[in-house]
Amino acid sequence: MTRVLQTLFFLAVRTVVLFVLGLNVRRREWLPERGPAVIVANHNSHLDTLVLMCLMPLSKLHLLRPVAAADYFLANRAMAWFSLNILRIIPIVRKPGERKDGAPGADPLAECHAALAKGEILILFPEGSRGEPEKMTALKKGIAHLAEKNPDAPVVPVFTHGLGKALPKGSFLLVPFFCDIFVGEPIRWPGERAAFMEMLANRFAALAAEKAFAPWE
Amino acid sequence: MTQLSGLTPLQLAIAGIWGILIVASILVFALKRLQPERDHSELVSRTASWWGMIALFTAAFLLSHTLSIVLFALVSFLAFKEYLSMIPTRRADRRVLFWAYLSIPVQYYWVADGWYGMFAVFIPVYMFLFLPFAMLLSQQTEGFLKAVGTLNWGLMLCVFSLSHAAFLLVLPVTGNTDPQAGAGLLLYLVFLTQFNDVAQYTWGRLFGRRPIVPVVSPKKTWEGFLGGLLTTTVVAVLVAPLVTPFGWQQAAAAGLMIAAAGFIGDITVSAVKRDLGVKDTGSLIPGHGGIMDRIDSLTFTAPLFFHFVRYFHT
Repeated sequence: MTRVLQTLFFLAVRTVVLFVLGLNVRRREWLPERGPAVIVANHNSHLDTLVLMCLMPLSKLHLLRPVAAADYFLANRAMAWFSLNILRIIPIVRKPGERKDGAPGADPLAECHAALAKGEILILFPEGSRGEPEKMTALKKGIAHLAEKNPDAPVVPVFTHGLGKALPKGSFLLVPFFCDIFVGEPIRWPGERAAFMEMLANRFAALAAEKAFAPWE
Repeated sequence: MTQLSGLTPLQLAIAGIWGILIVASILVFALKRLQPERDHSELVSRTASWWGMIALFTAAFLLSHTLSIVLFALVSFLAFKEYLSMIPTRRADRRVLFWAYLSIPVQYYWVADGWYGMFAVFIPVYMFLFLPFAMLLSQQTEGFLKAVGTLNWGLMLCVFSLSHAAFLLVLPVTGNTDPQAGAGLLLYLVFLTQFNDVAQYTWGRLFGRRPIVPVVSPKKTWEGFLGGLLTTTVVAVLVAPLVTPFGWQQAAAAGLMIAAAGFIGDITVSAVKRDLGVKDTGSLIPGHGGIMDRIDSLTFTAPLFFHFVRYFHT
């Protein structure tokens, strides 16, 4: 039942994304066809997750698992139901003190590892928060831990531009803009966390430099 | 000329356009076979895109006037979205941009309604006065003039100008009660504008030597422009009896006007792209670039042709 609802929801989202926004996707073929894999993207808007999920064929929808903050996406019952059943997020507890499992040694990414082991595709925003729209902030290191534990899962960097203009943090008014989605070359685990973070940051810098985006002050 | 194997003149004209498309496609195919060593991928995707665009236009055209008007509204929306995505905008103006988008369905409603008085003033008077007011409410004065100026210009180009093409569908033409009269004029305008683009490009590619405005658009040459102008005018005279009320003199004048205005529209959008440092306005139509790259000339020919018809035939 929720599977049907999810498909219907994403059909509606696809229509809006296609007609109201319009996407310019470069190198779609680099997106993972099957799991385990991790898609990492810069974060500007609530639209990010939805748009990334629309890039994959509907038949792959059940493989996609956005990783999202528990304090925001499970804030109330309605939101939690939607997040868990329609978006099918993997909730992450941001502040260590709030973790239910309590044990200090417990891995906050345990559910992510399990999902990857099942052959699912994670969607992750290593900036952590949407922040100032269309400005990239430092990447959090959680992704490196995830990649280290799952060296067989390629990490695919995706740079998006324009979604923060269309629906920035704090706004409910969707203003149409064409959005750019640049897919980068998948990263294989280089054997070390610092090297991985550097590779990831470099991929994003290169993707962001591919086009001179219209200024948005 | 009115009845040929049971087709109306309009259907005949559309059949003719498909004929040209098929011949052009065969030529491209032959070129590919004759020169396999050269890269024809842009020409091929261009031609493929023409099939899509002409199919869409034909479908809307044959199904209903309303559908054709909706199609033009959609083209205006895509062009305006492309424009706003390409130019610098201010975060504070998000709401104002939303109002500007909303003017598209309203403007095309006046078209469907055939209310010329409102159609002619809604954007250049009411939106022109409303948008700066909506913009000042954010109290961000830095960049105000540039923001309101670029927004108005885009709205005029992508929505107001283009909606004149759609208004041809509902324009009552003197002494002609045929409900397809407007459709014939619209087809004439769109066909000649696009034909002129291709003709100027082809003449330019074959004989182009002397550039006209090299800084703006280095590939536009006098040879291309004049060759296109002449070809378009001849075609305008030849097809006029089929779908328009024009005599040959008027048809020639319309052809000259469409060819010249189309050229100016094309280089105007080129100047905008130069200013912004972009090559194409977008990537919506494979081989052509963005939708603005395809309709740039139409934004100039549509209002001029519309008033030409309105002056002489209403």
